[in-house]
Amino acid sequence: MHHVMPVLVVVACIVAFWYAASVGMNRAWTLDQAERAGVELSAGEVIADAMNQERPVLPTPHQVFAELWNTTAGEAMFRERRGELRGNPRSLFFHAYQTLAPTLLGFLFGTGLGILLAVGIVHNRAMDMSVMPWAIASQTIPILAIAPMVIVVLNSIGVEGLLPKSLISAYLSFFPVVVGMVKGLRSPGPMDLDLLKTYSASHAATFWKLRLPASVPFLFTSLKVAIAAALVGAIVAELPTGARFGLGARLLTGSYYGQTIQIWSALFMAAICAAVLVGGLGLIERLTLKRMGMAR
Amino acid sequence: MTDQGLGLILAVWLLAWGMNIWLSADGRGAVGRFLVPVLFGVTLLVLWEMAVRLYEISPVILPAPSAIWVRLISSTDVLWADFIQTIVKGAMSGYMMGCAAAFAVALAVDRSNFLQRGLLPVGNFIAALPIVGTAPILVMWYGFGWQSKAAVVVVMVFFPMLVNTVQGLKASEVMQRDLMRTYAASYWQTLFKLRLPAAMPFIFNGLKICTTLALIGAIVAEFFGSPTVGMGFRIKIEVGRLAMDMVWSSITVAALAGTGFYGLMALAEKKLTFWHPSQR
Repeated sequence: MHHVMPVLVVVACIVAFWYAASVGMNRAWTLDQAERAGVELSAGEVIADAMNQERPVLPTPHQVFAELWNTTAGEAMFRERRGELRGNPRSLFFHAYQTLAPTLLGFLFGTGLGILLAVGIVHNRAMDMSVMPWAIASQTIPILAIAPMVIVVLNSIGVEGLLPKSLISAYLSFFPVVVGMVKGLRSPGPMDLDLLKTYSASHAATFWKLRLPASVPFLFTSLKVAIAAALVGAIVAELPTGARFGLGARLLTGSYYGQTIQIWSALFMAAICAAVLVGGLGLIERLTLKRMGMAR
Repeated sequence: MTDQGLGLILAVWLLAWGMNIWLSADGRGAVGRFLVPVLFGVTLLVLWEMAVRLYEISPVILPAPSAIWVRLISSTDVLWADFIQTIVKGAMSGYMMGCAAAFAVALAVDRSNFLQRGLLPVGNFIAALPIVGTAPILVMWYGFGWQSKAAVVVVMVFFPMLVNTVQGLKASEVMQRDLMRTYAASYWQTLFKLRLPAAMPFIFNGLKICTTLALIGAIVAEFFGSPTVGMGFRIKIEVGRLAMDMVWSSITVAALAGTGFYGLMALAEKKLTFWHPSQR
């Protein structure tokens, strides 16, 4: 309770501020409509109307959650069309799935590549000196710049759908893993390494028995960063090509047609996905570290 | 032909890699440290150029580095205008506003224990969410100009900066703070003489992370609407026209700007936190 109270108060403040802001921002349209219709509205009526517009400047929390509920629980994820089972574009679960599949695939690619690079960097001096500076430089390139090109290039050689999006996710997620793993693989101190030397342990044995286990906490910390980045990558990868399905596509169409409630609900769905992914990894982290006897 | 080409590419790669191994084992000085990564980068470019030429890859798919360079040189005025619009007006102004606001809020959070326990978990949580998604909303609110891009950047950099600064303000040790108290130092004296300097490494960490976020935010926001200038706009338009050399030129400018921006922060960090163990 000691920890939960302040968080609840802050969240309650945010919601209250949100309601106040939405009334403030939507009022103008309500008053304008009333003046055109030639009716006088009482203050209460103005507030009630501002909170329930169809295309508000800022939707209220209850509108967003109603939309979220209707498009998840209220719609089937798949529906039958011409004898086939297809995704239902009105279901937000379907859009989330379209974004999550490349996120997870890209995350796996990126993690694998990141771990391989880190192992190489730790064991090979030439690789450390040549790859590491470019790995850092590659992160100062806004990936967005790469995204449209990757998708167009792959499209022109006949690859489309899941793979291009997951490549961008992989590109975003490999770097945190490289940095975390390099740090982790180098975390055993000179004492530990010396001890293994007195056992006359081989390079391989040192790696499997000391370096790798020692790097696990670092790995999980970077995995949590990497999976959030992978999700951003998958969402952003949908923007430049005008994808039809996925949370990014939902944001884009929402912005074209002025459907603010749709944008906000897609945004919340993305946030929920990120929270679930990061939270899931946190759970796996706790269980793994406990089994390894490293729980803090 | 293809076998020969592959052989040639492999030969160049092995030669360069061998040289790198030799250099990194031998030249442990500053020259080696500079030369090895440069050689690696140049090798990648040469291999790229060779692959494009030997396999006659269509420029619509992947233009050669030389073609990109020619395009970059011949369209500097367009790229310069994009640079000003996206980086200087959008990213930089948003970066400064966002980081300054986060810094001010961090000071407030630091003074109140309640806020710290309440705001920090929420801030940590929000920092992990895909904030780029707010771009369409902010473009709707603030219009197509650079102001909406700056707003997106402010939202994106705020929480990472806040979390880092608050963590940094806690970095001074209890003993040090007690010492300040025995000197009868006021809150502000302790802040300026002890806690801010101690927080510098964390603050710079936040500033460095935010440089990339700022560029990404400014460019992504342009996909949701922009005037007919800007890097995000350019990439979107030129991809549609299949002018990949122009797209790559824009990417080069973005990469250079990003690296320069990051380098600037790293340099400032080096000058200001010379005393920290990680810099010695």
